[in-house]
Amino acid sequence: MADYKHSVSLELPKCKGCTTCLKRCPTEAIRIRDGHAVISSSRCIDCGECIKVCSYKAKRAVHDSLDCLKKYKYTVALPAPSLYGQFDRLDNIGYIIRGLKDLGFDAVFEVACAAELVSAYTRLYIRRSDVKKPVISSACPTISRMISMNYPFLIDNILPILPPVDIAAYLAKEKVKADHPELGDEEVGIVFISPCPAKVSYVKNDFAGAHNFITDVVSVRDVYFALLDVMKNRADEPLDGTESGMIGIGWATTGGEATAIFNERYLAADGIENCIRVLDQIDNEDITSLDFVELNACDGGCVGGAMTVANPYIAQARLQTLKRYLPVSHNRPGSEWIPKEYFNERGIEYNPANLLSEDRKVARQMMQEIESIRESLPQIDCGSCGAPTCMAFAEDIVKGEATADECTVIMKMLFRDYIEQHKEKSILDKLAAQTLGQRSAPNKEDPQ
Amino acid sequence: MSENIRFHFDVDGENFTSAGEASVAVKKKLRQLGYPPDVIRKVSIAMYEGEINMVIHADGGTADVEVRDDEIVIVLADHGPGIPNVELAMQEGYSTARDNIRALGFGAGMGLPNMKKYTDDMVIDTEVGVGTTITMKVNL
Repeated sequence: MADYKHSVSLELPKCKGCTTCLKRCPTEAIRIRDGHAVISSSRCIDCGECIKVCSYKAKRAVHDSLDCLKKYKYTVALPAPSLYGQFDRLDNIGYIIRGLKDLGFDAVFEVACAAELVSAYTRLYIRRSDVKKPVISSACPTISRMISMNYPFLIDNILPILPPVDIAAYLAKEKVKADHPELGDEEVGIVFISPCPAKVSYVKNDFAGAHNFITDVVSVRDVYFALLDVMKNRADEPLDGTESGMIGIGWATTGGEATAIFNERYLAADGIENCIRVLDQIDNEDITSLDFVELNACDGGCVGGAMTVANPYIAQARLQTLKRYLPVSHNRPGSEWIPKEYFNERGIEYNPANLLSEDRKVARQMMQEIESIRESLPQIDCGSCGAPTCMAFAEDIVKGEATADECTVIMKMLFRDYIEQHKEKSILDKLAAQTLGQRSAPNKEDPQ
Repeated sequence: MSENIRFHFDVDGENFTSAGEASVAVKKKLRQLGYPPDVIRKVSIAMYEGEINMVIHADGGTADVEVRDDEIVIVLADHGPGIPNVELAMQEGYSTARDNIRALGFGAGMGLPNMKKYTDDMVIDTEVGVGTTITMKVNL
């Protein structure tokens, strides 16, 4: 996994090296080194928490720009249903679909339509007797990556059916092939409008294997602002509305996918910390009476993604209004069995990213050192050393990635002892005067 | 032969939501050490059930885990009421948990049977009014 392409990046000049993202990263993938954040590629699960919490907007989601449309002769937009929840006072999804065409897309294939097919096939799948329960949704790539790193026994619980976006891309591609047989593969752009960086990584790392037909991934945010401009100029009512029903649009928010199973033995959770707790309990066989588990890394579900604009709960309220007069489902599967194109053949492998050493003897020795160092640390998890907890700091020391003198609490104690021994108390006053002087100096020049 | 690694945890008797924290912490350590998933799972489930038991019946206790070369030893000790009839307590579905505990989804009478099922050796040392110490071993 060394060549894993991440979609969370750092704008170095903006990063102040504060501890906000450090403390919020659910996999302890961030360290502060040389005054700025560094993300560990093997531990990052692209959840986007650090993007959401950064006070200086130094963390960014990496995605393609709308300029990608110029690369192709023919383009299809795949809007995630979360896009629909971004607009205030919108009463017809048709405005968005027409707007996307005004932006330059030749066709639109709603991910919500594919979501309804995935729901229908999931209903068939969980009825099978050979299926390991509870079936865990495959839709959130952050959750799938979390499972691959920490829950090897739950890998087989993940729904083997591809997420709606891949089905949408596949069906869109098939339709282009049928409608425009003259177009070559390189001439067709299948552009996913994504609410989160995790789905960008999912596409860029080919997690759908041979079923990855998406050529570019743009953000809901970019498309939202571009759409505002074009939608303003069109006062007339659009002719066509959404081709999705309530179920497809429901996938944008927590519980949408799970309730579409039509089976009350489900659990739907959101927020990465809640999801981790649920996974821990399933792993301990403590929740046994469930058929289906939907886990969304973001608060509120996909509407809470780091590449959206609206508050997730406001977006949810808007979606409720939008889907009010829609049929329950608009897209029916063509078969009583699940077509092979719907299965993810690539599968998920156990990837213990936190392994100390391949050699268990070495790992044990390291663990002993970690434990003894940890005992000597202050255990206040202040983050000043650049590691999120004293435990993580002890691990970094043993791995050779940090040195013990980076603990500010210990250094302060040593410094005090030194002063005590040398009886130079006045040095403290001098030092205090110096630092205070330095701090107030720029203020004098700055009128603010 | 390297020295054994020991982990010690205090299991808080007041708090149901924190029950299982020691088990989660040990699971993380064993993953870092590179133990096979099935070993990790056995240790984790056995510990989790034991932790829950200590919270339900004994107002908390301590959990000690020792990682040896050929086995993992888990010692769960409490100063609770003790188990009057161990044979009965080992039966699947037998539970003395109160209704308010069962309402939370605990107390199904599978704790001790599961602990035995997932470990290679289990010894219960209990005295009524004094407490219970359960020693479990998982072979590597």
